[in-house]
Amino acid sequence: MRAYLSERMGAALLMAPLLLFLVLAYAWPFLGVVKWSFTLPTPGLGQYNALLTDDLVQSVFIRTLRIAAIVTVVSVAAAYAITVVWVRGTPAQRIIAEFCILVPFWISVLTRAFGWVALLSNRGLINTWLQGIGFISEPLALVRNEFGVIVGMTHFLIPFAVFPLASSMRSLDDRVLLAARGLGSSRMRTFWSVFVPMTRSGIIGSAMIVFVFSLGFFVTPAILGGGRSVMIAELIYLRIFQSPDWGLGAAISVVLVLFVGALMALLFRYVRPKQLI
Amino acid sequence: MPTYRPGPVSLVLAVLVALFLLLPLLAVIPVSLTPSRMLAMPSGELSLRHYRALIEDPRWIQSILLSIRIGVVSSAFSTVLALCFSLGVWMFQPRFTAALVGFVLLPMVVPPVVSAITLYFLLTSISGFSSFFGYDTWLGVAMAHAVMTVPFATVLILVSLSQLDRRIDLAARGLGATVWERATRIIMPNIKFGIITAALLSFVLSWEEIGVTLFITSVNAITLPRLMWMGLRDNIDPAIAALSVILIIITVLVLAVRSVVVRLRGAQ
Repeated sequence: MRAYLSERMGAALLMAPLLLFLVLAYAWPFLGVVKWSFTLPTPGLGQYNALLTDDLVQSVFIRTLRIAAIVTVVSVAAAYAITVVWVRGTPAQRIIAEFCILVPFWISVLTRAFGWVALLSNRGLINTWLQGIGFISEPLALVRNEFGVIVGMTHFLIPFAVFPLASSMRSLDDRVLLAARGLGSSRMRTFWSVFVPMTRSGIIGSAMIVFVFSLGFFVTPAILGGGRSVMIAELIYLRIFQSPDWGLGAAISVVLVLFVGALMALLFRYVRPKQLI
Repeated sequence: MPTYRPGPVSLVLAVLVALFLLLPLLAVIPVSLTPSRMLAMPSGELSLRHYRALIEDPRWIQSILLSIRIGVVSSAFSTVLALCFSLGVWMFQPRFTAALVGFVLLPMVVPPVVSAITLYFLLTSISGFSSFFGYDTWLGVAMAHAVMTVPFATVLILVSLSQLDRRIDLAARGLGATVWERATRIIMPNIKFGIITAALLSFVLSWEEIGVTLFITSVNAITLPRLMWMGLRDNIDPAIAALSVILIIITVLVLAVRSVVVRLRGAQ
């Protein structure tokens, strides 16, 4: 009995500090934000009503969903192409692919967004080069619009899309693929009708991760969108700091959390968490 | 046994994706060497003036030192908390483990902007009765970063614990070791690598954190990413390109050393 009690005490003592820290520094202030959404500027459901009627908020929500959907499709497809080589290439191909995935992954989001500004802006690499060869006379508008945001976000999210795909491709049995080839199926057909269907859980997992990440994305859209292609996260920032309307910012945050929570619940019905690492 | 290798179409597509991934990192190199005061491609002559600006302008050095201080404090704090929590989970396997771990992972899955507004609420509330710990103070930023990095540290430590053989702990327990001895002399030496990785990852995540930092600082606690953000938003300062080149070179070196070490360990 004493041993049992000391076990319980040990577990409690070890686990309590982190749980207490997160309750005080995360759960409690989140409830504070929820309270803001119901009390600022006046108590009631006014902010949630505004969410449903305000044209600006609605257009930002729709733009965010549209950009997130495009970024998801492009990132997962691009990640798939490089993951195939990373997981199933020759040793030399694997090292190169790993380098190309991990270097951007570890570099800060600001540096990466800045790299795209350097490439895409009016006096950036691409416009300078295209004007230099006389292909265009006026610089193309590649940044400070939705195109720039999509390019930058896709670049940021490809490495995140790679990991679930890699785990599903690693666990795939080679003999099935060799059997398909041996039975006379072409490379293309083996890929589309055997390889891709067997990595389904990886595709779903990576699409969900990318989509959820894109919904709350802040830095890249703020830099590459140049204030013209505002997404939800930037709208929250603007409501808190520029046109102080804390209640609305808080209400948008609450809706965003609920939406992401629902998506995650949906994800875990199809994929087990372990398959995502 | 022969393995199934990617064909030529896969290789071409993968090369295109690889170029897309590396392109913006390469693009900052020429920009960092431009003699112009604004963002432009160098035309003809090259200059190191933006690299010099990094050393000469005290703001860069100050923000680098501040980022290191915040990174070290928040990483130490979050690693210790994550280690204790994970040891509790692994050694005692309490009821509701899944729910408790899920709670700890929340800051990792909640959209960062929501965590940011949450921590903004927390720190402005603290500012009401404390001037050195709250909104726009380095301690406040360190605490906020600890909230954001602790889920990652916990995941890493739990993963390395899951690879540990329970029987060595059972043997120690059977021989009469106390909880403290089991934790410090049996378990921790075996997950050393996981603990170090957790601390390093927490430091790196704090070092480059911007989403939350933007909400909780204004003029005093200017971390390096915060300073870069200011330079990116207002008029684009090529000193950021010089800094980016340095950060990219460090990243490439660290990854190269790591991959050599991993391969040597594998060869042994």
